[in-house]
Amino acid sequence: MKSTAFQQTITLVKKDILLELRQKYALYGVLLYIISTVFVINLMIGKPEDKTWNALFWVVQLFVSVNAIAKSFLQENRGRLLYFYSLVHPRNFIIAKLIYNILLMAIMSVITLVCCVLFMGNPIVNFPYFVGVIMLGGLSLSLLFTMLAAIAAQANQNAALMAIMGFPIILPLLTMLSNIARSSFNIVYQPGLPKMFLMLGAMDILIVGLSLILFPFLWKD
Amino acid sequence: MAKHWWKALAVILLIYTIIAGFTIDIPIIGTNQQSSRGLFFHVPMWMCMYTMFSISVANSLLYLTKYDLRRDALAGAAGSVGVFFGILGFSTGTLWATYTWGGTITGDAKQQLTAVALLIYMAYLVLRMSIPDIDKRARISAVFNIFAFALLIPLTYIIPRMVDSLHPGAAGSPTFASKDTDGGMKTVLYPAFIGWVLLSVWIYTLVVRYKKLELKNIFK
Repeated sequence: MKSTAFQQTITLVKKDILLELRQKYALYGVLLYIISTVFVINLMIGKPEDKTWNALFWVVQLFVSVNAIAKSFLQENRGRLLYFYSLVHPRNFIIAKLIYNILLMAIMSVITLVCCVLFMGNPIVNFPYFVGVIMLGGLSLSLLFTMLAAIAAQANQNAALMAIMGFPIILPLLTMLSNIARSSFNIVYQPGLPKMFLMLGAMDILIVGLSLILFPFLWKD
Repeated sequence: MAKHWWKALAVILLIYTIIAGFTIDIPIIGTNQQSSRGLFFHVPMWMCMYTMFSISVANSLLYLTKYDLRRDALAGAAGSVGVFFGILGFSTGTLWATYTWGGTITGDAKQQLTAVALLIYMAYLVLRMSIPDIDKRARISAVFNIFAFALLIPLTYIIPRMVDSLHPGAAGSPTFASKDTDGGMKTVLYPAFIGWVLLSVWIYTLVVRYKKLELKNIFK
């Protein structure tokens, strides 16, 4: 199969989407997960105020992304990985995974937002801005957890290791995101906002760069 | 015996640091009072940690170029010594903060992000323990180590300087430069840097010797 890197990547993304549409496992599994988590929050504290709402939203996002993205490497068994290894360059493979996870996470973010608004009320004033922030957040979370899932998949013990490796790294990212999101709850001037966007963007670029450089090493088995 | 001179130097410098560090006259500024002496112990710990993490990441990079398992053992040893000094640096820092900032764990950006960086490195050590296969462990932990080092620098150096922090050198406070530090303190501070870093290298060589005994079939 002779094809360009771009075509290979597109094919892999299509394959992942097709698999997902056939099984509908990740989508419905995580959907149920989101609804039950948000419903439990609703049962415990009803409709929280802005600050708590924001914090809870990002915590739910964190666990959703761990659950959704850990599966992306779990479903590939050894034989299939070996098959891909003989066909495509590892860099195209990881790019395809990154793109697929970004798409998945974008959908999940919208679902989380809808559930949160349904069950916990809607304290958001600037709605388009908040949607933009959660898209950016979903992007950052999916990039980071894709790389960590790749590492954890090699280490055979997915869930626990993902949490140990992922949570410390995700902490500063989540803090930045919740700070950025705060502007959408009331119209106030927040100093240092462009700087935070810049830092978040730089962090994303760093993670993508590292994944592209380091993933080929992970794959040599 | 000739090649051990640096160990003797470390001991002499540290004895000097401890004696002079507690006895010399220091400028008494505001809430700092006598706690400024923490400078001789708190700051060098970070020097040691960065030295160890640099050794660790260099060995990981070398491992990924040549796949020599000895490099992996060295990277792991340096990582664990680095975490040890990181914990020491964090605890001396919190001790200082208790009396100067009025709280052990404050909302200070540098303190929080350093804790995060230490947690990332602890995850590195846990990752190493979790993989039984020696080649696989070497490869995966080398990748994660590079990942961790690439995050360590922005977390502990770049971001705390951009946001407001109680530490010197941040956006809202005067820069910690050689011209701001009292001359008398510098005569202790610079020997302290060298002494503590030498001590960390000494501990590192001891850990490596232990590892060599443990992994006899790799280190022939």
